[in-house]
Amino acid sequence: MIHVLADVGYQSNWTEVLRAGFMRNAFIGGTLVAIASGLIGYFIVIRRDAFAAHALAHIGFPGATFAVLVGIPVTAGLALFCVSGALAIGALGKRVSNREVSTGTILAFATGLGVLFASLASENTSTVTSVLFGNLLAISQSQIRTFTAFTVGLAFVLAVIARPLLFASVDPQVAEAKGVAVRPLGIAFMVLLALAVTMAVQVVGTLLLFALVVTPAATALAITARPVAVVALGTGIGLAAVWAGLVIAVMFNLPPSFCVVTLAFLAWITTLAVTRRWRPARSGSGAHDRGHASHDRHHPESAELSI
Amino acid sequence: MTDALTLDGVSAARGDDVIWSQGSFTVSTGGIVGVIGPNGSGKTTLLEMILGLLPVATGRLTVLGAAPHRGNPRIGYVPQNYTAGIGEAIRCRDIVTLGRTGTRWGFGGRSGADRSAVDAALTAVSALDVAGRRVSQLSGGQQQRIAIAQALVGDPDLLLLDEPLANLDVRNQHEIVELLRDLHAARAVTILVVVHDLNPLLSILDGAIYLLDGHAHYGAIGDVVDSELLTHLYETPIKVVRTAQGDLFTRS
Repeated sequence: MIHVLADVGYQSNWTEVLRAGFMRNAFIGGTLVAIASGLIGYFIVIRRDAFAAHALAHIGFPGATFAVLVGIPVTAGLALFCVSGALAIGALGKRVSNREVSTGTILAFATGLGVLFASLASENTSTVTSVLFGNLLAISQSQIRTFTAFTVGLAFVLAVIARPLLFASVDPQVAEAKGVAVRPLGIAFMVLLALAVTMAVQVVGTLLLFALVVTPAATALAITARPVAVVALGTGIGLAAVWAGLVIAVMFNLPPSFCVVTLAFLAWITTLAVTRRWRPARSGSGAHDRGHASHDRHHPESAELSI
Repeated sequence: MTDALTLDGVSAARGDDVIWSQGSFTVSTGGIVGVIGPNGSGKTTLLEMILGLLPVATGRLTVLGAAPHRGNPRIGYVPQNYTAGIGEAIRCRDIVTLGRTGTRWGFGGRSGADRSAVDAALTAVSALDVAGRRVSQLSGGQQQRIAIAQALVGDPDLLLLDEPLANLDVRNQHEIVELLRDLHAARAVTILVVVHDLNPLLSILDGAIYLLDGHAHYGAIGDVVDSELLTHLYETPIKVVRTAQGDLFTRS
């Protein structure tokens, strides 16, 4: 333990490390993931689909270890499992989050499969560690190319479907009646989420993904409810967490995932403390009824007449 | 003038379960019409058929002179418990705007016409002053106003309200009823209101569709407010009382 602790601490050569090629990849990869997360995060929070993000991250774990086992790129394995999982969740709709026990059981099974694939591949526990906790410093050129394609695709599709998706997300009943294709949009959203999760798993890992994909958008939403402002602010918070997290990680030789997630957490908890939105539902009762008090006396009789 | 609704031997079913049948009546345009019946009698089902969300099982239903179809821009719709699921994530102005722009692809890009239509709808329900707040920050009565504004923003000819008075206290119920009266006076709109308690709406209703013993009927309000009919309808003894403010009915 003491040996490990000795490695952690101020690194006098941190500016040199920051200039290394792998750091450049880390910054670019992290930036792409923060942008994708900021875009998708708003819809995750507004749809109350945070559980789906969590579930897809877990489904991605066996995908990544399976990829190592059969020798395909980790991104491909992750994408395969996440998109399949997304289609399944999308087809089942909201019922997934209402079935905690069955979904939890399936996620445990998925994680178990991940452990099996990892042990069959035998060679490395480092794969398991990097899938569970992310490995921003090992982002490769080919990963960056894939991330760029995913982020551009995600941004493009979201730009096209943003408005009906927002309508279907906050107001599915009326959207359906107005002719919006609520279910197909929900499935499209899940596939986009799967792409974002595929990227984010490689940056912060399965277990910490929530803090980068969901938390910045939730933080932004506590500050403003203007849709475009939430997306911009959420993306900004994610970018700040990734960039500052990387610098701090290098400066003090800490795991980048820890730094990124901690910064996102601090932004969130500070925002909650300042805006006092711990449990915001129906906070402002009373104040909005001013000016209507005079009606109180008019219809006392009908209170007893309801059947 | 085209009628708002024409039913010709219509029956409603979900799967193999027939909910009601033999609905043959006409509701002319321009009135405020209640939809009444006990729980589970198929009131919401009727709305879903009018909206084109549920196919008509048998018979022929005509809505504003045409067959019902999903996405009918001439209908404004406020579902039951509408605002309960919307919460803190969205501002009142945005939710009303979606009522007008939500079916278009793309994002942003509200036109001046969109903006003024949204302002007009918010003004019509006296909620312009809360437009910038989140829906969850409003009282139940104010939330109902926002929901109605969203339904109004497309300038509908037919407004469908499913239990707009549910979960509101007596004062807010009264205010929503007053709002419906004002909207009806100011616009050429037919309003269909699903209610489980007729009393608060009696003063503004022109007629009522009532679902009785598995059949749908329509009557002028004077004929519907009848002790024998209501007793039969709600399967509990009901007495109609004439008061200075108008008719009221009560359990006897």
